[in-house]
Amino acid sequence: MSWNAWVPLLVVMSSLLPGLIIFGLAEDKARLRIALNLFGALSKLVLVSWMIWGVYQGYHYETRLPLLPNLELVLRAGPLALLFVSLSTILWLVTTVYAIGYLEDSPHRSRFFGFFSLCVTATVGVALAGNLITFLLFYELLTLATYPLIVHRGTEEARQAGQTYLRYTISGGALLLIGTVWLYSLTGTLEFTPKGFLSNVGEQHYPALITIFALLIAGLGVKAALFPLHGWLPQAMIAPAPVSALLHAVAVVKAGAFGIIRVVYDVFGVEFSAALGVLAPLAWLAAFTIIYGSLRALFQDDLKRRLAYSTISQVSYIALGVAIAGPIATIGGVVHLVHQGLMKITLFFCAGNLAETLGIHKISEMNGVGRRMPWTMAAFTIGAFGMIGAPPIAGFISKWYLGLGALNTGQSWVILVLAGSSLLNAAYFLPILHRAWFMPPPESWPHEHPDKHKGEHKGEHRDKHYWGHKETAWALLLPPLVTAAMALAAGLLVTLPFSPLEWAKLISVREFYQP
Amino acid sequence: MQNAFIELPWAVALILLPLAGAMGCFLFPRISRTLGLMTSFSIVVSVVGLGWQLLEHGSYRHAVGGWGAPLGIELVADGLSLLMLTTTAIVGFAISVYSTTYFKPALAVRFWPIWMCLLAALNALFLSADIFNLYVTLELLGLSAVALTALTGSKEALSGAMRYLLATLLASLAYLLGVALLYHSFGSVDIAVLAQQMQAASPYASGAIWAALGLMAAGLMLKSAVFPLHFWLPPAHGSAPAPVSALLSALVVKASFYILLRLWFTLFEPLVNGEAINTLLGLLGCAAILWGSVQALRQTRLKLLIAYSTVAQIGYLFLVFPLAASMGSIAWNGVAYLIISHALAKSAMFLSAGNLLCFGGHDRIADLDRVVQRLPLTAAAFALAGVSIMGLPPSGGFIGKWLLLEAAIIQGRWDLVAVMILGGLLAAAYIFKVIGHTFTQAPVTHEAQSVSASMQWSALLLAIGAMLLGFLSLPVLSLLNISDITATSGVGL
Repeated sequence: MSWNAWVPLLVVMSSLLPGLIIFGLAEDKARLRIALNLFGALSKLVLVSWMIWGVYQGYHYETRLPLLPNLELVLRAGPLALLFVSLSTILWLVTTVYAIGYLEDSPHRSRFFGFFSLCVTATVGVALAGNLITFLLFYELLTLATYPLIVHRGTEEARQAGQTYLRYTISGGALLLIGTVWLYSLTGTLEFTPKGFLSNVGEQHYPALITIFALLIAGLGVKAALFPLHGWLPQAMIAPAPVSALLHAVAVVKAGAFGIIRVVYDVFGVEFSAALGVLAPLAWLAAFTIIYGSLRALFQDDLKRRLAYSTISQVSYIALGVAIAGPIATIGGVVHLVHQGLMKITLFFCAGNLAETLGIHKISEMNGVGRRMPWTMAAFTIGAFGMIGAPPIAGFISKWYLGLGALNTGQSWVILVLAGSSLLNAAYFLPILHRAWFMPPPESWPHEHPDKHKGEHKGEHRDKHYWGHKETAWALLLPPLVTAAMALAAGLLVTLPFSPLEWAKLISVREFYQP
Repeated sequence: MQNAFIELPWAVALILLPLAGAMGCFLFPRISRTLGLMTSFSIVVSVVGLGWQLLEHGSYRHAVGGWGAPLGIELVADGLSLLMLTTTAIVGFAISVYSTTYFKPALAVRFWPIWMCLLAALNALFLSADIFNLYVTLELLGLSAVALTALTGSKEALSGAMRYLLATLLASLAYLLGVALLYHSFGSVDIAVLAQQMQAASPYASGAIWAALGLMAAGLMLKSAVFPLHFWLPPAHGSAPAPVSALLSALVVKASFYILLRLWFTLFEPLVNGEAINTLLGLLGCAAILWGSVQALRQTRLKLLIAYSTVAQIGYLFLVFPLAASMGSIAWNGVAYLIISHALAKSAMFLSAGNLLCFGGHDRIADLDRVVQRLPLTAAAFALAGVSIMGLPPSGGFIGKWLLLEAAIIQGRWDLVAVMILGGLLAAAYIFKVIGHTFTQAPVTHEAQSVSASMQWSALLLAIGAMLLGFLSLPVLSLLNISDITATSGVGL
């Protein structure tokens, strides 16, 4: 067995093993914990870069382990898998830095970082899964690993939110399980293949296939927060900010959206799904969710809840791009997986900074905050404009390709949805920016970080917490700046060989619409 | 050297060692703990030896005292028995380790001899090849189980044990009557001989055979606590000391189910051959899954919740009867997998419930009070075992459920699919009800008692075992199919 066969497994292990070790660490071993986290994140980054280079050259990376009679655990690094893997790897590194800053001195960090690593392991597993059962395995693992993060604070409210989260996700998982077993009993294989593996199924099974499609999409739609399965997402906002950031940008929501891409392209095959007539309902559902999420976001005063509804709306762009079923729209949907991740994680980091530094949770408290925290709000502004779809930020590229793809396949109604959604995005983001930059700041902030001012706390705490004249701790400020810069770069440097867009085109050519 | 090791009579050792251990523990109460632990370990070694033998030779027969089947007693082992023996050895060893610190000396003196007796009965049961021997082992098993349930002597334990005693005696009696009727009709109690003769007699089976079938099945179902014959289980399993609850739920209930499975597919299947009885058993299984899960969800005390969960999980095992009729190997593998993963997971659960009970002095679910922080190993054991019980991947429970679902879908039994999925959802609901409360703070905090490392680790290792089973399906299933007993009934691969 060659070295290439073990790389995908190593990528999964690079966060699993540090996570398991971290569980066993004592609470006060902060340095060792940070070292392990960063070591895992960096080694994953190296391995993934290695694979990206290799796949670009045409190498294959595939790990196979026996799981069940005739079914294997398959981890395979194709172009699409790598897109999602590299997104989660990069954002994991950034979020780890952020979480270290955010959770400084708060209790139960070993538990937190342990499950945090498990969560990333599951996400990477979802991305690399080479067949539906491997996908299912990591998809369920993701459900289990995120639950302790959501109830992390240990309050009754957090427990309730956790129960709601499970009610949705475990039911979704059950639907996915039925669909998967049913599919297996019809075809005898679950291996993801370009253009799907269902071409041999007889025509008498087409009604069954339509039901299976509905089951799978419903199961995945829970995590992707498709209407009406989105109810858990706003409630899960109870989790600490780094978790919300990761949940929204990379892990849970994206696992659902990524699963939809897999099911449409690699299980059913896009032409076959179109022939079955299942894509049009999916497109309508996605379009409705886009508008619905934006409308709900308009009426939220809680910043994190507004961002949560915005996520519901934005993630459905991916499903929409997939369901339009044309090569160009596909590029738009797939690339939005990355773009939305970069922009939304920026927004959540900023929201976390506002809450942690000034105690701001509501939009109505944000007057003039741009003067107090200019860098944070600059990053927020980039993220918000990206969400609206203003050029040259990444969000514009996604919307451009989605619109172009829709026109290309003669579905001009999608343009209306995109335009309406952009207007609504502007309607709920611009007032925030207006408040932050142009309104006068209040006399005092709701709950300013106590150790900010000189001399308030003397003695041993001072060195550790003294933030000086900076607007907040470095570990909190750097991550949003980095991700905002990446969102900008993804929009500006689209023609570079390894930009998300170029990679999405590669996926479209190599995997989905290969000649 | 190697050959000599293989050729030792491991099957006999599996029965004699725990019997000798029981005697030793009884005679020398001061060292009963050490003796018990050593015996448990020696059983693990013997099972390895027996497994080796089976891998070399295929199935295994040993005529005790040199007297063969029609007259003497024979010990027989095939894949299924090996699997059950291995599970017993592993779970039994973990329970022994746990018990070394769980029981105070006054109780330990009583616990060890009976526990060794029970182990001997279990091992003998899985090695027996005739229905009368099975009766003897069943009776020994039942009586030692009742004695262990009553161990603490509290009012609750005594009333639970009394109910259990009445149920188990009634069940053994029914079974014995069946054995007598079969002996009367065919003049033999050896399963292989009976199978041949009954195959021949099946077209014109007399009333006596039907009565025997009914009595034996009813007795075994009562002992396996399938709905609606489960009434004795929750009070007995809920009130016994934690390691006893663990061994009752994980091993004892499975033993009677094992006999039912074995007799059904070797003796009765050709006789009944109709769908009606299989369907009925399947229906009882479905009812058990739903009823047990709903009851578990309604409990406010942890041990009762786990006990009702056992009622539900036994329901899954009974789905083998309707499914194996035409989808032999898949359903068969699925049920065998569920048996062993449930044994590991449920014992881990009861042991961690015991830890929580020691820790907080109570097992009220709503007052679990930040156990995740304060007793992380136990919380992890409970959660991991819970994953297997829910049937989520990666765990042994998932593999078992996947195989059963596959068999059900291929046969188009959507009713069974729906029940299995619903049972999984309910299981998730009752398990996460517990896990959710381990994160929160209770209104009244209790003085916490320390829990020994061996108690925490034995629970956790069992739970990890249930997880690992999710990756070991190929080797385990290949063990199971060493001279598949289903082959004799035509259900085989």
